[in-house]
Amino acid sequence: MSNKDAYWNKTKNHMIVTLVLWAFFSLVIFMFGSELNTMSFLGYPLAYYMTAQGSLLAFVIILFWTANKQEKIDEEHGFSEREDD
Amino acid sequence: MFKGDFIQNLPKIYGTYTGGFIVFIILMALAEQAGVSAKNIGVMFVAFTVLIYALIGYLSRTIQVDAYYVAGRQVPTVFNGMATAADWMSGASFVALAGGVYFGGYTYMAFLVGWTGGYVLVATLMAPYLRKFGCYTVPDFIGTRYGGNAVRAAAVFVLFIASFTYVTAQINATGTIASRALGIPFEAGVWVGLISILICSMLGGMRAVTWTQVAQYIVLIIAYLIPVFWISSNVGGGIFPHLMLGDEVARLGELEQQFGLVKNSAADMKAAGVPGGLKYISGTHSGVPEGGMAVWKYLSLAICMMVGTASLPHILMRYFTTPTVRAARKSVAWSLFFIFLLYSSAPMLATLSKLALMDPNLPTGIIGKSISEVQSIEWVQRWSEVKQVFIADFNGDGVLQLNEWFMRGDVVVLATPEVAGLPFVISGLVFAGGMAAAMSTADGLVLAISNALSHDIYYKIINPKAETSKRLLVARVLLVIIGAAGAYIASFRLTSILGSVAWAFDFAMSGLFFPLVLGVWWKRATREGAIAGIIAGIVSGTVYLTWVFPKFSVPLWGGVNTPFLGIDHLRFGLIGAPICLVVMVVVSLMTKEPSPATQKLVDDTRIPTGKAILGKQH
Repeated sequence: MSNKDAYWNKTKNHMIVTLVLWAFFSLVIFMFGSELNTMSFLGYPLAYYMTAQGSLLAFVIILFWTANKQEKIDEEHGFSEREDD
Repeated sequence: MFKGDFIQNLPKIYGTYTGGFIVFIILMALAEQAGVSAKNIGVMFVAFTVLIYALIGYLSRTIQVDAYYVAGRQVPTVFNGMATAADWMSGASFVALAGGVYFGGYTYMAFLVGWTGGYVLVATLMAPYLRKFGCYTVPDFIGTRYGGNAVRAAAVFVLFIASFTYVTAQINATGTIASRALGIPFEAGVWVGLISILICSMLGGMRAVTWTQVAQYIVLIIAYLIPVFWISSNVGGGIFPHLMLGDEVARLGELEQQFGLVKNSAADMKAAGVPGGLKYISGTHSGVPEGGMAVWKYLSLAICMMVGTASLPHILMRYFTTPTVRAARKSVAWSLFFIFLLYSSAPMLATLSKLALMDPNLPTGIIGKSISEVQSIEWVQRWSEVKQVFIADFNGDGVLQLNEWFMRGDVVVLATPEVAGLPFVISGLVFAGGMAAAMSTADGLVLAISNALSHDIYYKIINPKAETSKRLLVARVLLVIIGAAGAYIASFRLTSILGSVAWAFDFAMSGLFFPLVLGVWWKRATREGAIAGIIAGIVSGTVYLTWVFPKFSVPLWGGVNTPFLGIDHLRFGLIGAPICLVVMVVVSLMTKEPSPATQKLVDDTRIPTGKAILGKQH
């Protein structure tokens, strides 16, 4: 397998992992909204908290994490850009 | 004062600008103390900020093609994040989001998740690859990847429908705010708004829009957050409302129980003469509605908004402006961070505003008080005059019940500072913020449309030999025409026929999402597949919209139809996008696989390093 193919396989897997996390915070937890709302976080009902703030924050964290991880994959395979590119 | 080039000095320049804006707010506060009228303060806030944007627009003028289309691809990560956030957060987000949460509670907040979660799709599936490609516009990618004028024109068509639906609403919002702040008629406000928008974009294209959007973000975020924190400390919500409103949310639940959530009948509301567009609270704030259909309604709306976000050209094109692929990825993260600052504050503002009106223990509370007493409150009188609030004593007991208080959603943002006893300078600041939000989005949209028409239709299809000066002239003329067309529609208040801004998301996802994703992620996708998919998606989505939306279905289909599986007019992308996917895959598999040259092009798109597919000047 060429370096490019190996790089693309890793990138693809990374994409899938990111989208699984995304689906969890955007869809899966809201399938159980009424169950989650019986629990509380910071004094807020949990499902309310997640839709008002929690999932939004999770997306921000996922984005920074996924960008950093992808940069590592770039470096591993020698596809890292120099700043002056 | 500044050494080195413009880009290196950005933090200093915008730091100075932010400081200057804060000094301006303080000066206005002093002017208010000195007796300057509330109206004049509003005028000064809007005039001062718009002049600054115009100045930035003028200073960013350019005669370079790549500066005009992609800001010379030198916008640093964090600044592009701010510009995208301003591009994204529209006048509607600014003035209507908190109102939506106020009335809709948990169910409405599917929009919050949808309008933020979509950025994960942008970052993983689209932005870095489109940046590597080196395109100027979204149809430029589709036209080059699939090859041919037909597919390029089809993509421009979808872009036009989606963006134009959105832009009229923005020009409308700009006009509303300009007319209220400057005290001029709405029709005049629309044209004032349009001129402000064009000054920011015409001379410098994407470069000018980028630097004004950064300036607009700074104004709008200050204008949103200061009132939220201030109101919170005034009504006992604590100094950091985002983490401290748990008790207040619980208290709202108790108050809902105490006052009772009553649904008014349409006949009662008509008899009482409730003005159109005003709403009352009939659902719970934090409660989750029971049942599978309620869950599906929430999820389907979130899906449409997320997939739509990842297909909207005026957002995707912001990531063409970063210096590298890596910067494009990080820039998406920063964009969402800056958006998060406002979006996570909207539910807090809604909570505080609701509590201020509902809690009888607070001096601001009005529910449960006698109607004559409420009607004598100054802000109630002022907003009643302009038909933004309304009281109807249905049970005739002379006491204001929860279902007897009607209000327009915008009032939550525009009037809560006044209700909570903040000085007028804050209301002036809120006007400036709303104006910044509406202008920045309108700028991005008008530019997305005119760039697609000038680059993809004029230069790539009609006249490929055009000189640079002629291309830029055409681009600017189109910019003015598109803006004027949007303002013309807005000034006749025809925007109601266009329905909701949510439609823009559904149009974009129906026709663009899968052609963009498969263009990068599936080498086997062919030109014929893409053309068939785009057309099938946009046509089926639009036909379904006309079938499900009563205003269209009565004349066209002879009656009102029940939405299929709960897919109403806000969610018609759920019909268009799957049809687009199926048609695109089937037709691609039936046609000859793309040429080795095209497959190599896709391979190169997937790798961050190496030459861009399209040259620096194309």
